[in-house]
Amino acid sequence: MTSFALMVLGAPVSTQAPQTALAFARAAVQGGHRILRVFFFHDGVHCGNQMLVPPAGQQPIAEQWAAFAQQHNIDLVVCVASALKRGVLDAGEAKRYDKPAATLHPAFALSGLGQWIDACVNAERLLSFGP
Amino acid sequence: MLHTINKAPHAHDCFDACLRVCGDNATIVLIEDGVYAAIADSDAAQRLCTQAKAVYALQPDIDARGLSTRIASQIRTIDYAGFVQLCCEHPTIQSWY
Amino acid sequence: MTQKRILIVCRRPPYGESFAREALDVAMASAAFDQEIALLFLDAGVTLLTKNQQPETIGDKSLEKQFAALPLYDVNELYVDAGALQQYRLSQTDLSLPAQPLATGEITQLLERSDIVLNF
Repeated sequence: MTSFALMVLGAPVSTQAPQTALAFARAAVQGGHRILRVFFFHDGVHCGNQMLVPPAGQQPIAEQWAAFAQQHNIDLVVCVASALKRGVLDAGEAKRYDKPAATLHPAFALSGLGQWIDACVNAERLLSFGP
Repeated sequence: MLHTINKAPHAHDCFDACLRVCGDNATIVLIEDGVYAAIADSDAAQRLCTQAKAVYALQPDIDARGLSTRIASQIRTIDYAGFVQLCCEHPTIQSWY
Repeated sequence: MTQKRILIVCRRPPYGESFAREALDVAMASAAFDQEIALLFLDAGVTLLTKNQQPETIGDKSLEKQFAALPLYDVNELYVDAGALQQYRLSQTDLSLPAQPLATGEITQLLERSDIVLNF
């Protein structure tokens, strides 16, 4: 059994990164391994955006990640600095910055890079999925 | 060390960049658009097979792009489970994108 | 906290994309968490170290100044791609930070002796 920390830097729609990362994560769990944390950084923060409307027949990426994370008790962390700049805000940040909507899906948590460093240090394997 | 490449050769510099510094002890996994480097008889596939210790390409990405009958024989195709297994076998993984 | 050798690889120029700024954030966060950090300016990433950047002309903030703060975070292990310096016609005296130039083979060795390699 190996523990993994995954970083997703690519945005949904524009890149394949979120889907590749999810397929990898599913395979890892199916293989009896553990996903310590998935950290969404750079444009990857858009994976946590609950406002995305995909084409008919496709499930929104945030919901795909949320369902997977809930089923396997996995931490989905969105980098707060990357997120704010890109309009991915939870209710607290939306209120703080007087923005009209909270765009972050509730299954994701906004946090700092410390969460990524913690994952780097504690996971046995680290893998990034870039744009 | 394990390296992943997700871009097609010529479309982006990361294929050349990876090969330049990965050394001859590298295991390379081609994912996403990176699978175009696995096309049989292409310069890219030849360079990969000459230089790296082992080269793999992700089957779902090959199939998505209609390349399933066109992959160099020396490049092993793997599924996501195989990709996970390779990551377990290599302590450090560098992603080129 | 366990300490690991983390190598942050900057491959892209400043300002045209946001990778450099975000790489810097990772470097500083890693240093703040007491990890052993090294930075490698590889390929076009060598241009991050060009002096006299004036990004206010394009409405952006200076990466040169932010990178200059690295030593304050005890991030002193800086390497630069000698081959790329040549391609971008940069000499060591053109660089805003002291970085050790590495030949290709030395870059390979640096990658291989790192526990974690993060490309940006």
